[in-house]
Amino acid sequence: MAFWILAPLMVVAALGLLFVRKAVHAALLLAVVMISLAVLYAVLEAPFLFAVQIIVYTGAILMLFLFVLMLIGVDASDSVVETIRGQRAMAAVAGLVLGSVLVIGLAQISLGTVVGLDEANNGGNIEALANVLFSRYVFAFEATSALLITAAIGAMVLAHRERLEPKEGQAALAARRFQDYATSGKHPGPLPAPGVYARHNAVDTPALLPDGTASEASVSRVLAARGTVRSAPAMVDDITEVQRQLGVDAASTPETSGKAGATAHTEEEAR
Amino acid sequence: MSIAFEEATVPVVDPSAADGVFSLLWLVIALPLAGAVVLLVGGALGRPGRLLDRWGHYLGVLAAVASFGLSVALFVSLLGRGEEERQIGQHLYTWFQVGGLDVGLDLLYDPLSALFLLLITGVGSLIHLYSVGYMEHDVRRRRFFGYLNLFVAAMLVLVLSANFLGLFLGWEGVGLASYLLIGFWQHKHSAAAASKKAFVINRVGDIGLSLAIALMFATFGTTDFAGISEVAGEASEATLTAIGLLLLLGACGKSAQVPLQAWLLDAMEGPTPVSALIHAATMVTAGVYLVVRANFIFELAPVAQTAVVVVGAVTLLWGAVIGCAKDDIKKALAGSTMSQIGYMMLAAGLGPVGYAFAIFHLLTHGFFKANMFLGAGSVMHGMNDDVDMRHYGALRTAMPVTFATFAMGYLAIIGFPGFSGFWSKDRIIETALADNLVAGLCALAGAGITAFYMTRLMLMTFFGEKRWERDVHPHESPAVMTVPLVALAALSVVGGVLVLGDWIVEWLLPVTGVGEHHEPPLPALAITAIIVAVVAVGVAAAFLLVGRRDVPREAPRNVSFVTRAARADVYGDAFNDTFVVRPAAELVRGLTTADRVGIDGVVEGGAATMGGLSGLLRRVQNGYVRSYALSLLGGVLLVVLALMAVNLA
Amino acid sequence: MNEYVVLSSILFTIGCVGVLTRRNAIVVFMCVELMLNACNLAFVAFARQHGNLDGQIAAFFVMVVAAAEVVIGLAIIMTIFRTRRSASVDDASLLKY
Repeated sequence: MAFWILAPLMVVAALGLLFVRKAVHAALLLAVVMISLAVLYAVLEAPFLFAVQIIVYTGAILMLFLFVLMLIGVDASDSVVETIRGQRAMAAVAGLVLGSVLVIGLAQISLGTVVGLDEANNGGNIEALANVLFSRYVFAFEATSALLITAAIGAMVLAHRERLEPKEGQAALAARRFQDYATSGKHPGPLPAPGVYARHNAVDTPALLPDGTASEASVSRVLAARGTVRSAPAMVDDITEVQRQLGVDAASTPETSGKAGATAHTEEEAR
Repeated sequence: MSIAFEEATVPVVDPSAADGVFSLLWLVIALPLAGAVVLLVGGALGRPGRLLDRWGHYLGVLAAVASFGLSVALFVSLLGRGEEERQIGQHLYTWFQVGGLDVGLDLLYDPLSALFLLLITGVGSLIHLYSVGYMEHDVRRRRFFGYLNLFVAAMLVLVLSANFLGLFLGWEGVGLASYLLIGFWQHKHSAAAASKKAFVINRVGDIGLSLAIALMFATFGTTDFAGISEVAGEASEATLTAIGLLLLLGACGKSAQVPLQAWLLDAMEGPTPVSALIHAATMVTAGVYLVVRANFIFELAPVAQTAVVVVGAVTLLWGAVIGCAKDDIKKALAGSTMSQIGYMMLAAGLGPVGYAFAIFHLLTHGFFKANMFLGAGSVMHGMNDDVDMRHYGALRTAMPVTFATFAMGYLAIIGFPGFSGFWSKDRIIETALADNLVAGLCALAGAGITAFYMTRLMLMTFFGEKRWERDVHPHESPAVMTVPLVALAALSVVGGVLVLGDWIVEWLLPVTGVGEHHEPPLPALAITAIIVAVVAVGVAAAFLLVGRRDVPREAPRNVSFVTRAARADVYGDAFNDTFVVRPAAELVRGLTTADRVGIDGVVEGGAATMGGLSGLLRRVQNGYVRSYALSLLGGVLLVVLALMAVNLA
Repeated sequence: MNEYVVLSSILFTIGCVGVLTRRNAIVVFMCVELMLNACNLAFVAFARQHGNLDGQIAAFFVMVVAAAEVVIGLAIIMTIFRTRRSASVDDASLLKY
């Protein structure tokens, strides 16, 4: 009964694996197939594999997939255009032929009566498995342990990034900064902080140089790229408004002396 | 020509072990060899090398003279022995043993080697001495003397070896030394080319010699003179003829006989003492030595022997004709050498009756030709190295010693009665006439032509008007050069004593054996008279054609065909060019074309086809993992379908 | 029992086609996992069919090996992404003609 419910679900989910564009969706569809499989294992009198399927496959391996997806970007989706000519059609034909051959071939044969695992699982499925695993398959078991260790070390080696040169110390950094200053005139100190205004956290507003011009270096490049930098002149009205509210004479305050020239300049022009 | 040898005895080489002074035999070779090694290697030693640069040439002279002294001692000891004991062998060490071939570095000292030893070291020493003066200002004097010593050592190995392989070692050594010496002034393109030409043509002859040695080993299983002479009669005549002809080819190469004569005239590019050494004491005499030494082969191969006579007769006339037309004093003398060696080959081809006279003429020729070459060198020395006789004239007063000694050589070579050349040439012509009328007449004609061109040379050089270049002040050469000239001149005059009482014939009897003696067609005295008459005609002709007229300073252009041919070395070079060099070059060009178009075409075409196909096929390897996976799935499908088809069938 | 095996083969085929058509390396990996799970289903089903536990043991081993394979595979994908800024299997196509 469970089979006839789960089988179409699994086939649909597996087919979805072929057609969804986002990798995350594919991972979720695969999770559906795997959990369904776990249920089928339980139906097929394999409670241990049921648990392992859930824990190892769905729990560990699929999570690993999701982690890697996260690392390399969730939106790294396939483009629709096929790059290899005829690959999709050929793959479809080959898949159809293979599937039909397998299905038709299997439909032709009869497997006879089912023996069932009642006898084999007598005394508990896990104990029975352990009996077989640590007697007849003990060498294979040991070999898989070696394989797992090798895989673990291999993964570490592959994921490890080798440092090719020694780490740069503070003295070397300082020397390089001044070397750059000497050769290209690049400013050796930290970049200026953005302008700070009371009504605003103002990371998007450039600081003003002593002559009243804006310093572009004081604003994050990301904000500049987004085009969300406010210019100091745009604040002029606000300042006037604030001054008005405070009751200070605009003409007598030193802050406004530079506002006429407070237009945005590039750093080069400022220099 | 048919020479009956049925009754001829082929002497067997059977040396006795060396003892007493003869145990020093190896030293004869070792002294000049050591001189060569010290002089050639010593230059790399820095300070001692510079010392050698200054004094080394005396070391070279000393090595040659010491070798000569030892040769004299050996000769005297040999004289004291009985006729039967005059073959002495010395085993130095086993060179190599391969299968049945057991080659030792053995020396053989017999009457023939003894005479050669005296000639090589004696004349060689005089030439060394002369070179001290001649090469005085050459910066590479040390090296020159090293090469001279090497030349002498190689020639001594050649004549002292007791087997053909050792002889071949010396043979190649002589070839190497001549290459180095002819090209000694390698900065001159012509000298470099001449040495290369000599080397290459000698290689052709060497192939003949090496094939002959291989054939002898295949036939007799040994290369020892002793071993081969013992069993030579057992081989078939065809084999012996083949060996003989191949030996003759080798002799032709080394002795500059037709058809391998072309290198000799170019070899004049070397310094003059080298020319003297090549022409008188070493190198070119090797061919005659080879024929005489291999008498046990030639006497059993009449066809090869006839070939030797033919080669000798042709070369005799060929060289004489060349000598008539050359204006270069050294080239005229070189033509004369070819001609005289032709006499020796002719005599050697006559069999046992001729061997002794071939060697006799070789000795006398060694004296007077060395004398004349060194004299020519002395003349060149006085004339700022000009070799053109048309720029000479009237030198007899300027160079009295050179003139006097040269005149002795001149009288000797033309066969003026009483001089050494008279005795040797007379005996050869006489024997040739007795044996074969055609060869004898050729030799007779050669004597006349020799008289003509030598008289022409004398007249153009020492008599007539002065035709000197400006700034030339002929002067007599220093004593170190004239003393060897005087010594050689004396030898040229008195060299004939060797034949008194047929001494040399008796002396060489253990080597040459006894041959059937033919009676000459005329009494000996009549033949001598005819020869003298022919020579007189030649001299007279030269007086009429050259002595009575003014010699133009430029060679006349409109000359007869014969003169043109003679100036072009009787078209020897042209023949080689047309029939050897150009066909070979064409063949090589054709082969390269065939190789490039045919073989390379097939190979490269196949490669290109495979490359093109692979280029198409490699498109399958497009780098996409999914594409490979698809092929994998295709394979799986094939297997599954095949399994099903098999199961359902 | 046939139905389980048929389901298994259908899932396997779908996994196959997914490997061939998807280009995101992680999704391709998921499809491989799908194929492995389909095999496991067949193993477990046959274990019940034959009445012994060998099939379940086989499925267990497959899971272990799959776990190791996923760890290594994802680490490789991480490394490639780190150097090439891409998770597409088609971008790693330099090893070709």
